[in-house]
Amino acid sequence: MKDIANLRITLSELDDMLVNCMRCGMCQSVCPVFRDSMLEGDVARGKLVLIDSLAKRMIDSPGEVKDRLDNCLLCGSCEANCPSGVKVMDIFIKARIVLTNYMGLSPAKKAIFRGTLVHPRFFNGLVSMGSKFQGIMTSEADSFLGTSCSKIMSPLIGDRHFMPLAKRPFRKDHSGIDSGKGTANIRVAFYPGCVVDKMLPQVGHAVIKALEHHGCGIYLPKKQACCGIPSLASGDEESAIKLLKQNLKAFSKGNYDVLVTPCATCTSTIKKLWPKIAAQISPEAEKKAQRISDRTMDISEFLVKHFDVDLSAHAASGKKKVVTWHDPCHLKKSIGVSAEPRAILKGLPGYEFVEMNEADYCCGNGGSFNLQHYDTSSRIGSRKRDNIIASGADVVTTGCPACMMQMTDMLSQAHDNVAVKHVIELYADAL
Amino acid sequence: MISGNLKKEFENLLGEKNVMGDEVTRMNYAYDAAVLDPVMPALVLRPDSSEQLGAAIRLCGEHGVPATVRGAGTNLSGGTIPYKNGVVILTNAMNKIIEINEVDMYAIVQPGVVTADFAAAVAAKGLFYPPDPGSMKVSTLAGNVAENAGGLRGLKYGVTKDYVMGMDFFDVEGNLIKTGSKTVKGVTGFNVSGLMIASEGCLGVFNEITLKLIPPPRASKCMMAIYDSVAEATESVAAIIAAKIVPCTLEFMDNFTIRAVEDYAKVGLPLDAKALLLIEVDGHPAEVADDAAKVEEICKKYNARDIHVAKDEAEKNKVWEARRAALSALAKLKPTLVLEDATVPRSKIPDMVSGLDVVAAKYGLSIGTFGHAGDGNLHPTILCDRRDEKEWHKVETAVKDIFDLALGMGGTLSGEHGIGIAKAGFMAQEVGEQSLSYFRKIKKAVDPKGILNPGKVIGD
Repeated sequence: MKDIANLRITLSELDDMLVNCMRCGMCQSVCPVFRDSMLEGDVARGKLVLIDSLAKRMIDSPGEVKDRLDNCLLCGSCEANCPSGVKVMDIFIKARIVLTNYMGLSPAKKAIFRGTLVHPRFFNGLVSMGSKFQGIMTSEADSFLGTSCSKIMSPLIGDRHFMPLAKRPFRKDHSGIDSGKGTANIRVAFYPGCVVDKMLPQVGHAVIKALEHHGCGIYLPKKQACCGIPSLASGDEESAIKLLKQNLKAFSKGNYDVLVTPCATCTSTIKKLWPKIAAQISPEAEKKAQRISDRTMDISEFLVKHFDVDLSAHAASGKKKVVTWHDPCHLKKSIGVSAEPRAILKGLPGYEFVEMNEADYCCGNGGSFNLQHYDTSSRIGSRKRDNIIASGADVVTTGCPACMMQMTDMLSQAHDNVAVKHVIELYADAL
Repeated sequence: MISGNLKKEFENLLGEKNVMGDEVTRMNYAYDAAVLDPVMPALVLRPDSSEQLGAAIRLCGEHGVPATVRGAGTNLSGGTIPYKNGVVILTNAMNKIIEINEVDMYAIVQPGVVTADFAAAVAAKGLFYPPDPGSMKVSTLAGNVAENAGGLRGLKYGVTKDYVMGMDFFDVEGNLIKTGSKTVKGVTGFNVSGLMIASEGCLGVFNEITLKLIPPPRASKCMMAIYDSVAEATESVAAIIAAKIVPCTLEFMDNFTIRAVEDYAKVGLPLDAKALLLIEVDGHPAEVADDAAKVEEICKKYNARDIHVAKDEAEKNKVWEARRAALSALAKLKPTLVLEDATVPRSKIPDMVSGLDVVAAKYGLSIGTFGHAGDGNLHPTILCDRRDEKEWHKVETAVKDIFDLALGMGGTLSGEHGIGIAKAGFMAQEVGEQSLSYFRKIKKAVDPKGILNPGKVIGD
């Protein structure tokens, strides 16, 4: 372990951001983790105080502070509702990086982030092997939702009902596309994101179908890497920088007008974090990342902004299915997208849109939070499940693959016959 | 310090997970929303039943351990900052609404019920719990009672004390003391409930509280009046009251606040306006129409340059959005925000507003003033950076000037935020040494070892 004095100095660099918290405690009203535990150390105010107190020598337990910081979904509900506008997410990610540098990365995370994620070809190979063998280790948990569970792997993954890895990852079918400007004269770069690529290729195919339908030219460069959020959330800035360098290479060229992703978390990471991480590389890298960030949009936002998405004229007769929408935190709270997916859903033929209660309450997934804090994650998730069921929906849609995994797990555990879809899947089906 | 044996006893009573002594948790309960230095407690206790709460207090009493009870920790005067080597007792595991009685219009609650949750549960039964402190989304009802919290509706509906019918609470020996009743009338015994309200945890620890509920108003109407002169705005306030109209809400905003709100929330406020009033009247539909017309007339008479009456719910929300945004808008301007609440008789509002301008100019400080003009409870909000020692010294002196100003007009140190630690030193200035000594005698009689939230209200 390095010198704690240095740790305090590095944390003090956050002082100008930390000082804006006036300790009003209003974050208690929106934090899903606090609502579950009712402990001050789980809410933003409490965590900000701990970072501040560690920097100011009032406490001496960096390990415990890191534990508290890790017990957070990074959903951004606190920041979106903060009366003082404290940049909570920036502070938390920076503090996680500083504390991880001090404490060291856990061996498991080291293996995942530094050994695997940063080498996309190796990662892809590993996953494709996994997809071939997964049947041996797992058994079907819910045939309606197509989930699996695993007795053999339960020490690793608990009792999760998980979506199986895709037999053919998205990138096997679309390793690279470059189709000019299209008839709509819009050239769209497509960043599917890891989960879509490896578990939900149908979402990627739906995006391609929708873009082609509207006459967009598509630019899908070959060497895309993970957006880096799993590394950043674990405080591993080194891996995040490596991944970003690969992505900057792929997306600084291509001369596209817009970059779209069907993943709320990727969109938010690209828009808000890439420029900040790139600033650690070089001013040129920062400029490149900013150019990418400025052009990045969620797929629903893009479609609604550029095209008429009302397909209700295609309506067939027969009974309508009820569809509801879950707001991913990284769409609504992080980048303010919530009306656009609803506009698409309201224009779908054969569906009736209903709002669920607390549509913007976090599903509890939080990426690696789900891996480290499955019990809390599940309790938060079951609240979402109850709201979905209460809405009477046949289908719950969202705009984030991680939320899809979480809702699938929750609904599957309860054996509810509610389908989980990405909004773009329903849209593409209706075209 | 708390010995290992005593900690063990607490653990036996409350269960290990409800007794927290690690450094990080102790740091997490060392502060509240007041701009004051944190004090780390020795232990944090979280009882989850009446029995556990009573037993914890009894043990504190027996061993002379200072105990500070904490709900959501939103106190603005340091009332929930613990005492050195003392314990913090959390009430948030006791958050059940025990009963909402629609026929007799009362409710019984545990201490940790969140105010907004309670108001919503009451509304779902077609009844109304009016107190609406700014922190109601997180604040707890016991905290509201302990501080006698107010809110926007104080003018017409009163504050928390007007809704407390009775309670039971634990004394320092852990005995359950019952006071008040579920009846509209009740004169049995000393009015100890009255004493417990605003006692800031110094006289006992709430267990269950009985609250009065009322029927909700059937109609309401709200408007915004814009002024080119602060004096005319504040004179309108006095004139509305003098005309025997009691709006449910009558809020004031000065030019500094107007500009901050507009910059932040873009709700279309005129940047050059010197002041604005937000007024809502409610009650029977006929009365509402009548009152609203009279209020409009008065505002015109005092040269309001523009009066905007909300036509529907959406417009009404827009008007209130401006008020709701006030604190956020000011908070974003500077790192530290000192939210004052010295209060004056409402007829003195014009003098208070001009006095605050003098204070701001004297010290060269940014002070945004907004608040409950109708009940004389303004919130002069000083914006600063606590890290700047010179500026902070000026702020502290300016706060004293504000107290002098309010007391000079026959006002009071605190309208709704409490005395806590922040204002304890000024008590004698308002009530005099004799009264303070009387308060201390009461405290000594019920808490001879001085373990219940020591240092608050009456000082050490």
